[in-house]
Amino acid sequence: MRKIFFILILIFISTNLASGENINNKILKNLRCLVCQGQAISDSNSDFAQIIKSVVEDKVQEGLTEREIYKFLSEKYGDWILFNPPLKKDSYLLWFLPYLLFILGGIAVYLMIKKRPIEKK
Amino acid sequence: MKKSHLIIICIFFIFIFTTLYFSLHNKKIYNTEELVGQKISEVELTLFNNEKTFNTKNISNYRFVLLNFWASWCLPCRKEHKNLIILSKNKNLKIIGINFKDNKINAKKFLKEMGNPFFILATDIKGKKSVNFGVYGIPETILVSQDLTILKKYIGPLNLKDVNEIKKIINK
Repeated sequence: MRKIFFILILIFISTNLASGENINNKILKNLRCLVCQGQAISDSNSDFAQIIKSVVEDKVQEGLTEREIYKFLSEKYGDWILFNPPLKKDSYLLWFLPYLLFILGGIAVYLMIKKRPIEKK
Repeated sequence: MKKSHLIIICIFFIFIFTTLYFSLHNKKIYNTEELVGQKISEVELTLFNNEKTFNTKNISNYRFVLLNFWASWCLPCRKEHKNLIILSKNKNLKIIGINFKDNKINAKKFLKEMGNPFFILATDIKGKKSVNFGVYGIPETILVSQDLTILKKYIGPLNLKDVNEIKKIINK
């Protein structure tokens, strides 16, 4: 019985550790390294990246959610630090233009087909 | 080709051209100008000479405060130091130095050699506190008003032009 209890505790601790690490990695992959542009914080060994990695680790341990951590960092460094910019007034175009073009394209194709004279058999 | 088709194609090419044109002229170099106008974060900084702390909300006790992030290993910091000495002579301004990821002995040696312009000297050994101020490299300097608003942020060493700009703001 004791052994089972011990194993269960071990599993609980290891899964918790693993999930914490996953959140860390997920966040770090979504953050841009500002001193080595084009690279994610997770891939960079720069001084800045090392600091951000440990700050993110601290924030996760403090119990902040992924969204709260992104908000904290974007307040300090702007949305440029995020690979996935949030939906804001100035990013409406970025988010909705593909859908708009898709709809307009669909309408254009529909009109072209409609206007084409039906071939007589 | 129909006139309407020609107009659509023209609009499409104008759109592509303007998008590419603005993208090419868009500055890719990161700056923290977005911080200007925001309130400074409330951070507890450990003092350099003892284990006491200084809370950034106490900046409100002074008319203007210049937060300067520096280190003895940073060559541009050496370059800007003489400008900090000039600014430290102004009665309206207090300079708070934050020694960034530095060796204490080297930092002391640096100040002994170059002079100490800092009213308060704090330390950020791991560099984590500086994230609260949007610092990503040193030297960086932030001018804060009595109501804790960030007035200016300088990335890189302060030059004489910056010194004059700061003087103009604090002597108003």
